Amino acid sequence: MTGSPEALRELEARVRDLEATAERTGQNLDASISPLRQEVQRLREASGPLSRWERVQLARAPGRPTALDYVDRLCTGFTELHGDRRFGDDPALIGGPARWMGVPVMLLLQQKGRDTKTKIKRRFGSANPEGYRKAVRLMDLAEKFGLPVVALVDTQGAYPGLEAEERGQGWAIAESIRRMLSLRVPVVCAVIGEGGSGGALAVGVGNRVLIQENAWYSVISPEGAASIIWKDASKAPLAAEALKLTAPDLLDLGIVEEVIPEPTGGAHLNPEEAAAAVGEAVGRHLAELMAQSPQELKKGRAARFRALGAFTET
Amino acid sequence: MALDRFFRRRRPQQQPGADVPELWTQCPQCKESIYNRDLLSNAYVCPKCGHHLRLGAAQRVDVLLDEGSFTPLSGKVRPVDALNFHDTEAYTDRLRRAQAKTGRPDAILTGSGTLLNLPVTLAVMDFAFSGGSMGSVVGEEISRAAEFAAEHGTPLLIVTASGGARMQESALSLMQMAKTTVALETLAEAGLPYVSILSDPTTGGVTASFATIADVIVAEPGALIGFAGPRVIQQTIRQHLPEGFQRAEFLLDHGMVDAVVDRREQRPYLANLLGLLTKYEASA
Repeated sequence: MTGSPEALRELEARVRDLEATAERTGQNLDASISPLRQEVQRLREASGPLSRWERVQLARAPGRPTALDYVDRLCTGFTELHGDRRFGDDPALIGGPARWMGVPVMLLLQQKGRDTKTKIKRRFGSANPEGYRKAVRLMDLAEKFGLPVVALVDTQGAYPGLEAEERGQGWAIAESIRRMLSLRVPVVCAVIGEGGSGGALAVGVGNRVLIQENAWYSVISPEGAASIIWKDASKAPLAAEALKLTAPDLLDLGIVEEVIPEPTGGAHLNPEEAAAAVGEAVGRHLAELMAQSPQELKKGRAARFRALGAFTET
Repeated sequence: MALDRFFRRRRPQQQPGADVPELWTQCPQCKESIYNRDLLSNAYVCPKCGHHLRLGAAQRVDVLLDEGSFTPLSGKVRPVDALNFHDTEAYTDRLRRAQAKTGRPDAILTGSGTLLNLPVTLAVMDFAFSGGSMGSVVGEEISRAAEFAAEHGTPLLIVTASGGARMQESALSLMQMAKTTVALETLAEAGLPYVSILSDPTTGGVTASFATIADVIVAEPGALIGFAGPRVIQQTIRQHLPEGFQRAEFLLDHGMVDAVVDRREQRPYLANLLGLLTKYEASA
């Protein structure tokens, strides 16, 4: 159905090698590269566009880079700061200052875990109220020291637990949204896997919101929607179609500014290439925003979100 | 004999074609049949057990504001099906049905009026419309109400009743959480109070946005209030949920709301509170 992704990847690698050689040696290799490029194009078209559900699968693919995988490749000096100073520390939403490709920033990271043990410890990236309260604390620091905020969004949603409710999950998310809207420093958010509901939006209120090609962002997970609509979570593929939750959908709806390309077959097949694209896109938006005044940044972000919605008026 | 008297007494009051349910309402909690006129004069609180019945938006306005003082604000914003959403039926059909049922374009009613002579701006969610779900229209009308209050220098009251963000508008619904927060920030910058009144039920994206960033949060007795729904939590933790979990009184115990106020006491409570916060001297 999807053609042969391996053949396509191999071909792309050859094109990249030839391009690198041409670049290095100054030779003109267009005669060799052009037919290969056409073949790549042909194979891409033959495989057809991915269905929305296929993209959801890619967003959850084993080995897909997590937030820390991007930080490892793109940042130096990351200093994780722990705790919300009230109750505890949440390993599902972490952060601290770092240099993003050289630029000092404050990182907010929804971290899913890399193996079974850390996935469980980090509750698969589903934060408790402590996570959002720590995020607010880190935003306060960012504001105080004039650090732009970079948030990497990757969660199926806030953790739906008994204790999370006791400690005010809704309150913590609402406060995080409010704080992020009030920041007078640049905020760039990138959805790097799953953008599930309010738990994602809590750290998704950016001047610019970017999304990777195979990430999704929606008011509810496909499984959640399927259990409400059909009382059957296995109907998630249908729900994914209805929810229009893919990166191209969100670009159409004006929810995101840019779709960050992924390596053919998904970010997990070439994390280096995926990281380079994320690094470049976030870095470029940061540079643009850093030219704006604190007032412009706050007002611009507020205006961006005030304008979102679809309705008519009689 | 008793039954016979019951019918004879009631029958002369019936309009032709009227049937029993229009005169009597059964309390969902104690199952007592309550005469509608008694319910009306008791702010739709069961006189037997004190259960607070769910209210439509117009009923809520009647309960809260001074009689005849309400002027609707907009009501002209109408929903659209931007996603061409289909599940078991088309979103447009769902909307038409909810509009026919409630007589409003969407799950929200906003306006201005007075509360014991104090001018206020009011937004009321209507649970009868698609479970009070928040889509683009609810977000826009809440935002406009907040901006109207800021412009006209009145406090803002929002009565919530919602299952959360509206699934059929997907990410657009989600964004209303941020949008309403932007408008409420405008009100906050104007130094005007915002009080939310959380009624049964208030969950999901409404709890995680405008409902809980109010200056003062009031909850109605017994109201279910939370982020995740009880069923979802039960599925996650696979344990029995404790008695009273996510109810207004539970939230008061956990420091999440300022007060649980009986609906029959809300007018004087709010008038006093808003009077204090705005240093308003009642002219009555």
